[in-house]
Amino acid sequence: MMTVTDLSTTPAPAPPRTTVHKVTGPRVLRSEWAKFWSLRSSWITLGVAVFLLILFGTIASHTYSPDAVAGGRPGPGGDSGDSDAVSLALTGVTFASLAMGVLGVLLSAGEYTTGMIRSTLTAVPRRLPVLWAKAAVIGPVALVLTAVGALAAFEFGAPGLDGTDIALSLGDDGVLRSLAGAGLYLALVAVFGVALGMLIRSSAGAIAALVGILLILPGLASLLPDSWNDTLSPYFPSNAGQAVYALHQSSGSLSPGAGLAVFAGWVALALVGAAGRLISTDA
Amino acid sequence: MIEVRQLTKRYGDKTVVDNLSFTAKAGEVTGFLGPNGAGKSTTMRMVVGLDSPTDGSVTVNGHTYARHSAPLHEVGALLEAKSVHPGRTALNHLMALAYTHGIARSRVDEVIELAGLTSVAGKRVGAFSLGMGQRLGIAAALLGDPSIVMLDEPVNGLDPEGVLWVRNLLRQLADEGRAVMLSSHLMSETAQIADHLVIIGRGRLLADTTVDDFTRDAGSGAVKVATADTAKLRSLLVGPDVTITSSSAEELMVRGRDAREIGAIAAEHGVALYELTPQAASLESAFMDLTRDSVEYQSAPAGAARKAA
Repeated sequence: MMTVTDLSTTPAPAPPRTTVHKVTGPRVLRSEWAKFWSLRSSWITLGVAVFLLILFGTIASHTYSPDAVAGGRPGPGGDSGDSDAVSLALTGVTFASLAMGVLGVLLSAGEYTTGMIRSTLTAVPRRLPVLWAKAAVIGPVALVLTAVGALAAFEFGAPGLDGTDIALSLGDDGVLRSLAGAGLYLALVAVFGVALGMLIRSSAGAIAALVGILLILPGLASLLPDSWNDTLSPYFPSNAGQAVYALHQSSGSLSPGAGLAVFAGWVALALVGAAGRLISTDA
Repeated sequence: MIEVRQLTKRYGDKTVVDNLSFTAKAGEVTGFLGPNGAGKSTTMRMVVGLDSPTDGSVTVNGHTYARHSAPLHEVGALLEAKSVHPGRTALNHLMALAYTHGIARSRVDEVIELAGLTSVAGKRVGAFSLGMGQRLGIAAALLGDPSIVMLDEPVNGLDPEGVLWVRNLLRQLADEGRAVMLSSHLMSETAQIADHLVIIGRGRLLADTTVDDFTRDAGSGAVKVATADTAKLRSLLVGPDVTITSSSAEELMVRGRDAREIGAIAAEHGVALYELTPQAASLESAFMDLTRDSVEYQSAPAGAARKAA
């Protein structure tokens, strides 16, 4: 072992020349906002989600034929044969929900996959503000854009339904509520993606989990005994979510308010799990 | 100032950092050395709170990193080069960090210029070479004008001009009164930059010394002597604490007496010397001697060959 040589003079630390500001919630939010919009993948995924939403809704409405209802495209609510103008306009929600979920995953797990998380958490070592800020950026952005997309799908589809029994206008009961509900659902899916990404820390893994939970879980549930299935399935994330934007409630499904509460509960649960992992595990 | 106290990090039953203590002082460049896998990066990650210690503590300017309200102004860190999203431009990456601390755009432009990245600031980082990535990492470390600058292998991938730039930059930062800490597995490189050396192996402290002391000790005092009459010279030189080895018929390697002494004794007894050369062991081989037992990934044949040379 060698000796330690003590330096007799230790200069005082240089005072920083830049103005020092504390890290605050709004500053972290500003940073996450800038991060979100400075990636090409955000624009592409967001664009794809809104495009699919409008495209599928418009096509479904224009190809609707009252005579072929029985063999027609099942509505997103799963209540096939019971098409209405809103469910046709929202045909694309399932596809859009995948795109929005992926967008959320990329926002959080993408940082782990690329190593950016080390820069992020070095700047914000308290960590949790990063998670909240990501959710607070993507939620409202997704809400506004997908609600507008749903509205556009409905309006573009309306001419295709002119003169049929199921034609509706925006002013009709529940139409605006359903379209806004679709935006709300997709915004929550995006936040769900953020939470899954933070929890799983791998883009591929989180996307797989997202698809499993939203699309495969309801299918698996049909393997359950009927009585169980009937009781439980309305509470599955995607089924609860569908209740938020369905115009007419099929028997056994939740009311829009209850569906929203249940789906938001799932998202909150994922966020809590993500927060726990974020603060307790080494980055 | 970075103060590391009895710092320990275990992953399962593998101890990566083992009861490590040292201090990186303001105004000094501290070289943090060790073979690959010695625990340097893990220690540095614990300094900025990315990993939490299993035991012990590490503080920066008196507090745990996470307790500072504006941490980028306390410590600027360059960790493994890949701490960047490749899809973002250099400018946007730095702006994203700057926003968290309300750092002005003008400061971002300043560090971009300082790091020599002005011409590529609008390019996506994914297209950067290793050296440009290092420069961006250094720019990010300096963003908050921090009183501590901590760089993990900063010269990795830099061209000679870049290495010189880093060397001058770190010297200047230390002269401004900042604590500078850089890690490396190259002793020769570090000795040119650092004042203070902290050497670890398998997570344990092996030496806490200065470059001057290390260099002096590394000289080890061996002297190569060539003469026709090795037997006579050998008998003249023996004494307590003197070891003499011989590698060929006319050569002796003497430890424990310096060249001046040997020359004087030889002259006094009329032994003709053909050669009298103090052996300055290289810093690198002294470093390797020190860490040999704690090299994580031993490459026996090549290492042995290099030692013998």
